[in-house]
Amino acid sequence: MKAGDKRRWLDDPANVTLLYRLLWAAGLATVGLDLFVSRHDDVGFAEWLGYYAAYGFAGVVLLVLAAKGLRRLVARAEDYYDDR
Amino acid sequence: MTAELPVGALLIAAGLAGPLVAARVRGPLFLAAALAAFAQLLALSPGDALRAELFGAALQPVRVDRLSLAFGYVFAIAAFLNVVFAWHVRTRLEPCAAMVYAGAAMGAVFAGDLLSLFVYWELTAVSSLLVVWAGGGERARGAALRYVLVQLASGMLLAAGAALQYADTGSLAFGRMGLEAPGGALLLLAFGIKCAFPLLHNWLQDAYPEASATGTVVLSAFTTKLGIYALARAFPGAEPLIWIGVAMTAFPIFYAVIENDLRRVLAYSINNQLGFMVVGIGLGTELALNGAVAHAFADILFKALLLMSMGAVLLRAGTVKASELGGLYKSMPWTAGFCIVGAASISAVPLFSAFVTKSMVMASAAQEGHLVVWLALLFASAGVVEHAGVKIPYFAFFAHDSGIRCREAPLNMLIAMAFAAALCIGIGVFPTALYAILPYPVDYAPYTASHVLAQLQLLFFAVLGVFWLMRAGIYPPEQRALNLDFDWTYRRLGPRIARGVAAALQVLLAGLRDISLRAGAAGAGALERLHGTEGVLARTWSTGGMTLWVAVLLAAYLLVYYLLYA
Repeated sequence: MKAGDKRRWLDDPANVTLLYRLLWAAGLATVGLDLFVSRHDDVGFAEWLGYYAAYGFAGVVLLVLAAKGLRRLVARAEDYYDDR
Repeated sequence: MTAELPVGALLIAAGLAGPLVAARVRGPLFLAAALAAFAQLLALSPGDALRAELFGAALQPVRVDRLSLAFGYVFAIAAFLNVVFAWHVRTRLEPCAAMVYAGAAMGAVFAGDLLSLFVYWELTAVSSLLVVWAGGGERARGAALRYVLVQLASGMLLAAGAALQYADTGSLAFGRMGLEAPGGALLLLAFGIKCAFPLLHNWLQDAYPEASATGTVVLSAFTTKLGIYALARAFPGAEPLIWIGVAMTAFPIFYAVIENDLRRVLAYSINNQLGFMVVGIGLGTELALNGAVAHAFADILFKALLLMSMGAVLLRAGTVKASELGGLYKSMPWTAGFCIVGAASISAVPLFSAFVTKSMVMASAAQEGHLVVWLALLFASAGVVEHAGVKIPYFAFFAHDSGIRCREAPLNMLIAMAFAAALCIGIGVFPTALYAILPYPVDYAPYTASHVLAQLQLLFFAVLGVFWLMRAGIYPPEQRALNLDFDWTYRRLGPRIARGVAAALQVLLAGLRDISLRAGAAGAGALERLHGTEGVLARTWSTGGMTLWVAVLLAAYLLVYYLLYA
């Protein structure tokens, strides 16, 4: 926010939290749908309840944690290649 | 207009004429050329060809089939988008070079023989070098120099591979060849550089983000997809490509998480998307090859859209560093909206383009029993959601308000983004239109309840994963930094070794000079033996052998030059 700006809906942290909860609700609803839709898949175990939800969540969390470790190894100052 | 006019010639001619006309005429001229180029493609049909002969070798500068047409269409669309997006640019070099570049890339996908391909190949290298160079500043020029050396190396490998094939078969025809064919390995390497294979990839992340706000959009469309086209033409079903492709989908996403420059994030993202295409080519089934081509088509459009939105941000806010941005939706709501369409398209949200293209490659991997490949691609898909689906729009337009207040993007940029966004959604909603131009008949239905539900689960929970990490304070904060990648070996390690060796050589040479003076007299006798009537160096050599050695010498020269001066 800057002085003189009109206040936007997203400027209120409570609204952002509301969106975040709605996202959870929508996500869990797609898992709930697995109870009613029998998904067919080329890979057998992918038909398990909520398989893609679990894989997507775990995949992203592991990816970000690994990337955090990678940053410790490879991060340098922005002008690293400039001075030679 | 048919194949009698080489495909791409219109764009190249317009690009060459560009510097001669007034700046305000240039936009309309380029627009007309792009539309005419597209019209020419519509007039072509599979089987059309333009033949020629050079020194007894049969050439085919234009060979029209479904594979070349699919790439031709999307290159023409990309050329059109570039003209509109850069309509406001008044400098001469970049827009003109961009037209030549687009024309050369179009010419290349219609080249029926390796010599024609080589000519277009080198023309894309030189013209795209100018686009990088036009980015301005010392960093862009350094990146441009490193970029062109890599591109020329690719051209040299192509020439050497072509020479080996010609020496062995007497034909320069460019078609399906396989890895064990004469020159096959060299051609694979030549194409692999353009496709940014692992360890051959850093020219992409190095050079693309250094170009201008408009230049990076131009670059993203052509070179890498030309590489994909060439792979699909020559090596469909070559098994090593499956694993090379898997590596390409997986490793760049880790860098994309921690990269601060959002255009460099997208450069890593290009690398990742190319991986899906390379896997498709390696699988080699009709479904997978269709998927690779369709995904290349879709990728050119959504990647252009994402890079256009970041170009607009760079133009208006003056930076694309995630650490400096945030809250821009207040100033640039239209750009933010178009960026989100691009993000949804690359993330394969149902009704957006990648949902109907990437899934063909993944379905083929699963159906062929490549379980590990399928799992890796699924992981990489979640990674795409993280860096391109969430990170790009979120850090630029939302997150914490950076306090930057600027104007919305210029109208021409918004129009170009609107076109690209409409195409991304159009492909997602009407996939049959894209499926109709693919190389093989399509027997694939993307919109089944199972596929839509599975993808929605993956998307929702990948996004939830990111926001959960952010709210828990675990997500790595954006910070100004440079991340070492494989380019460290040739930007730091190599030059250090080369300088060390050069210093040692100087000492050695001084010593050798003394000895050599004394040995000079003896050398005259050796010269007689080597170059005399029966001498080793005086006998005739085969053309193929000669070309190979010339290529080796040039490569060695290039390498030494690179390590010492780049």
